[in-house]
Amino acid sequence: MADSLSSAPVAELGRPTSSNHAKWVHPFMALQVYESELIAIGCIDSETTNPMATQDTLYARRAVDHSFEDREMSAGAQSKAWLAALRGPAAERDAATAKLHGVLLRAARFEVGRRQAALSHVRGEELEDIAMQAANDALMAVLAKLDDFRGASRFTTWAYKFALLEAGVKLRRRAWQDREVVLEPDNWTAFADGGVTAHEELEQAALLSSLRDAIEEELTPHQRRVFVALALNEVPIDVLAERLGSTRGALYKTLHDARGKLRRALAEYGLAQSDTTEKELMR
Amino acid sequence: MSEHENERREMDRLLGPVGEQVSCDRCFELLDEYVELELAGLDADARLPGLRTHLDGCPACREDHESLRALIAADSAGQK
Repeated sequence: MADSLSSAPVAELGRPTSSNHAKWVHPFMALQVYESELIAIGCIDSETTNPMATQDTLYARRAVDHSFEDREMSAGAQSKAWLAALRGPAAERDAATAKLHGVLLRAARFEVGRRQAALSHVRGEELEDIAMQAANDALMAVLAKLDDFRGASRFTTWAYKFALLEAGVKLRRRAWQDREVVLEPDNWTAFADGGVTAHEELEQAALLSSLRDAIEEELTPHQRRVFVALALNEVPIDVLAERLGSTRGALYKTLHDARGKLRRALAEYGLAQSDTTEKELMR
Repeated sequence: MSEHENERREMDRLLGPVGEQVSCDRCFELLDEYVELELAGLDADARLPGLRTHLDGCPACREDHESLRALIAADSAGQK
């Protein structure tokens, strides 16, 4: 098998032969499921999805499909094939884009499946819509970031993470859609209930008291709000980002800085593992 | 697990992990490589320092990591 689509005999790969005829599906039938969706979001050109498309266009699509499913190809060769096709001539590019959308939709549905139990109040139809929207958004992101792919993993592993991220964010937000985000401490009793020895109770009371004091005295108002919501009240970071008009990265940086201040304050009293140096997040 | 241990774990969760860690953006950039190294049985933490510590401190990135790992593992199982 050729290492990349650019050197593959496209028409030969795409045509049905005596050995593959039973499994051969007309490429137009295989791809049309995604095409209206992809045209709608502007990822492929309506010209190349015209029912009057030439046989060569259809064979090019089949070649793309065939190449990515070849398990004999190395991971590196498969990645190169994806990149070549996604940057190739219109027909090849559109075929690869449709194929990629299918890959991303599968990942998004996988994520929906993992979280379905926590979303039992959400209709299946809506969950499918979320998966489709996540796949659409992931496709746009992947196509915009093709130049960032470093080849450190399989192309599909790299692409999957965009779909999982999009689906995860959407599902967390859906789960919290009707819930209030509490920015004030109301969870102190979560780990302060009974069942402890007198000594432990004293230690616990000292720890809680010191933590409360440190939150009040050491943190800025913004750090306090973010720490209380994310750490104390366990609001998902993507939900808080949406409510505050921020990003996951910016909020985590705030949380990281707040935690550092609190840890240093508590370490002074021997109540937290000593980690007294201020640490920036690594790039 | 005793109540005392529970409380200590809760405090660790609140204060986050100790040690150098990457940002959420950097975590996302490296996640695919990290998962493939892990599943290949290689020392992902030595190759990509600071990522595991971040996963310990960031529930959302940790969930993304768990999902990607599970998806790749499911793919591999499906190909056997």
